[in-house]
Amino acid sequence: MANEVVDHGRRRFLTATTAVVGGIGIVSAAVPFIKSWEPSARAKAAGAPVTQSLAKIEAGQMLSVSWRGLPVFVLNRTKAQLDTLPMVDSRLVDPKSDGASAGQQPKYAQNEARSIKPEWLVIVGICTHLGCVPEFVPEIKPEPFDPDWKGGFFCPCHKSRYDLAGRVFNGVPAPKNLQVPPYHFVDDSTIQIGVDPKEAG
Amino acid sequence: MANVFTNIGDWVTERAPNMMPAYRKHMTEYYAPKNFNLWYYFGSLALLVLVNQIVTGIFLTMNFNPSAAGAFASVEYIMRDVEWGWLIRYMHSTGASLFFVVVFLHMFRGMMYGSYKKPRELVWLLGMLIFLALMAEAFMGYVLPWGNMSFWGAKVIISLFGTIPYIGGTLVEWIMGDFLPADATLNRFFALHVIALPLVLLLLVVLHIAALHEVGSNNPDGVEIKKGPKGNRWDALKPADGIPFHPYYTVKDLVGVGFFLLIAAFIIFFAPTFGGWFLEHDNFIPANNLVTPSHIKPVWYFTPFYAIVRMIPSFLGSAVWGVLAMFGAIAVLFLLPWFDRGQVKSIRYRGTGYKVALGLFVLSFFMLGAVGAGITAEVIPEWFGNVDVTFWENLFGRTMTLIYFGFFAFLWAYTHFGWEKTKPVPERVTTHD
Amino acid sequence: MTKRQLLMKRYIFPLVLAFSLIVGSVSVQASEEGGLPSAGTNVQDQASLQRGAKLFFNYCVGCHSLKYMRYERIATDLGLSEQEVMQNLNFTGAKFGETVVSHMPEESAAKWFGKAPPDLSLEVRAKGADWVYAYLNSFYLDSSRPVGWNNTVFPNASMPFPLWELQGLQTAEMKPAKTGADPEVEKLVLSQPGKLTPAQFQQATRDLTSFLEYASEPAALERHHYGIWVLLFLAFFTLLAAMLKKEYWKDVH
Repeated sequence: MANEVVDHGRRRFLTATTAVVGGIGIVSAAVPFIKSWEPSARAKAAGAPVTQSLAKIEAGQMLSVSWRGLPVFVLNRTKAQLDTLPMVDSRLVDPKSDGASAGQQPKYAQNEARSIKPEWLVIVGICTHLGCVPEFVPEIKPEPFDPDWKGGFFCPCHKSRYDLAGRVFNGVPAPKNLQVPPYHFVDDSTIQIGVDPKEAG
Repeated sequence: MANVFTNIGDWVTERAPNMMPAYRKHMTEYYAPKNFNLWYYFGSLALLVLVNQIVTGIFLTMNFNPSAAGAFASVEYIMRDVEWGWLIRYMHSTGASLFFVVVFLHMFRGMMYGSYKKPRELVWLLGMLIFLALMAEAFMGYVLPWGNMSFWGAKVIISLFGTIPYIGGTLVEWIMGDFLPADATLNRFFALHVIALPLVLLLLVVLHIAALHEVGSNNPDGVEIKKGPKGNRWDALKPADGIPFHPYYTVKDLVGVGFFLLIAAFIIFFAPTFGGWFLEHDNFIPANNLVTPSHIKPVWYFTPFYAIVRMIPSFLGSAVWGVLAMFGAIAVLFLLPWFDRGQVKSIRYRGTGYKVALGLFVLSFFMLGAVGAGITAEVIPEWFGNVDVTFWENLFGRTMTLIYFGFFAFLWAYTHFGWEKTKPVPERVTTHD
Repeated sequence: MTKRQLLMKRYIFPLVLAFSLIVGSVSVQASEEGGLPSAGTNVQDQASLQRGAKLFFNYCVGCHSLKYMRYERIATDLGLSEQEVMQNLNFTGAKFGETVVSHMPEESAAKWFGKAPPDLSLEVRAKGADWVYAYLNSFYLDSSRPVGWNNTVFPNASMPFPLWELQGLQTAEMKPAKTGADPEVEKLVLSQPGKLTPAQFQQATRDLTSFLEYASEPAALERHHYGIWVLLFLAFFTLLAAMLKKEYWKDVH
């Protein structure tokens, strides 16, 4: 009982060290649990790049391709359809896709037609408002939702409108242009969705 | 910063005045005897494993598919495709086996030091209920991967209920929801395994600890510290031989946790099947209702009880006797506080007869495990050559069954008729200064 | 109690307990597959796994799937490029991320062999590496069997022996038949050598078994990798906790 002096410094130091090391242990142990929520190998395999032949898509026609469970619209635009794009510029939120929509396409598709080759539009068919799938309404004629319609995409959920490059009109709920996924041309008549031209080499 | 915590603390205390005192009651002001030894680690370790099973279990359910068609493949999906899924699964499967290791040692500690005796009978009974719930929980969890051992294990265990006269057959179909273990069985076992039984277990654990803290812990000397002198360096009114649970036993248990995790991690990372004992070879084959695995046996922690079922022959055209004996083997444990009439708690001061009997009891438990696991069937021909294996195995197994039950009968007679010659029990724990 | 006795009780006993558990587990693993020679596989040997994979995809995948194993995972774990796997191992036209499925339709397989060839994803976990290795080395010609082959490790197996051109042809020498019992195989002899010497063939089947062992638990590679660090960390933590305990328990007399 004589030497009952408590070394408080050592006690504090050991308590703190044990707590820190134990804390590191608990945090490290949590990592596998957090990472187990990442897409699994199966999900990644299901979300693998999709190769699509363009041979059978005639001018003016559109095909919907599933990539990572999302509808990707592949549209073969005619010369006349491409000519409508500059006409609607003044009615769009972000015609050059460099404002609010700067992140909505890869750099190689940040142009008037929002595509690698002007005639081929490749776009994720998910409305940037609340995620509905817009309808493709190609005819140039007055529509109930727009008397001056030049063709484009119309979302049935909340009446958002996009032009034939997926650019959103003023005065609708959707804030941004439709998203262009990463894609590249494997050859003249085949694209691969999900891989950038750079990655493909 | 500290101010903020104080304020929050005050705010809570104002609205729930009994919450902080409850924490103090179970941690800083819970005075535990200061002479706990190695055997006293296993209670806190059981709690640690319970937490591990709940956390890893929750994450397993996120990818497990509880259907006869999808269960097996979904376990492999967890093992291969889910990031770190293998670790979570091995933590759960290893945890299940270690749960029983820890609980068996915890129960043995209770027997050795007489922790089940007055005034702690309620603690013992609640503990036995935990053991029972744990066995049900483990069995249902074992069925879920839907390997061939899962399927046949389910079939055999459920068939135990079929031995009950008159209602057995109907009862078996009712439990399975089909005429063999099938989709319906797997679905209900999943529901029971992941929600119903864990809730029961948690409640029982809370009651077990609450009941313990009412009467206070026993100790290796079997001395009631509350009856001893009062006053120690922390509190003038508390038992002299008690120390506050926090920090003294929290830091001590931390050492136990460290050792335990070392062993667990070694198994998880280097021997997750533990040579076919924790995860069995035949359970890597999908369930097949036409082929029974040739080495069918329950997972190791059930083998002693399974051996008892096997050792009792059918009688009067019924197999119910073996099943009764098996449940009896658990029931006698429940009744242990009433079989043992001795006044002395700890083995340190009990008679030689008790020490020998307890040793034989433990031996019989291990040996029954060996019979149940099929070790005797392998070893007998190896050691004794060309003999009638079944005859000798049955003779051995029945002897061990007799010893198992004999322990309780002996203990009753030994203490009831006053044959036990005990040593004097000290007034205070032996390590006091 | 003296201080030394106390030390024994407090530290030596738990250490001995832990040690005996570990030794026990290792010896249990070593002794479990009674009677068969050790396969000598090593899933950490990447070159062996690569050779084994090549054998599997040339000789086995025609009938047997690895339905839980993805080509992409094989590439990553075996240190192969996507191109190498897709050109040298994948002959079914499956995508890189897909699992290894044999071309054989299950119904016709069942018709040809009496039962569908089993998926081999978990074969080594179910039967053990030693068993698979011994099985691959124990085929012999037996004209009484429908497919012309028999096996001493798995008698009356319904599988023909696809590696015969590597091993050559083995025939069985029978023990003198006991009355009323089926004749037993005394030993197997190589009656016609194959492309590989017996030693080379044993290595080839060891490689193949290694690959199947890997395929039955790809996580084994990660397990060993992380396991060491986890144990070192826990040992450090336990040491700290022991020091902390000792410090606090100076209060307790």
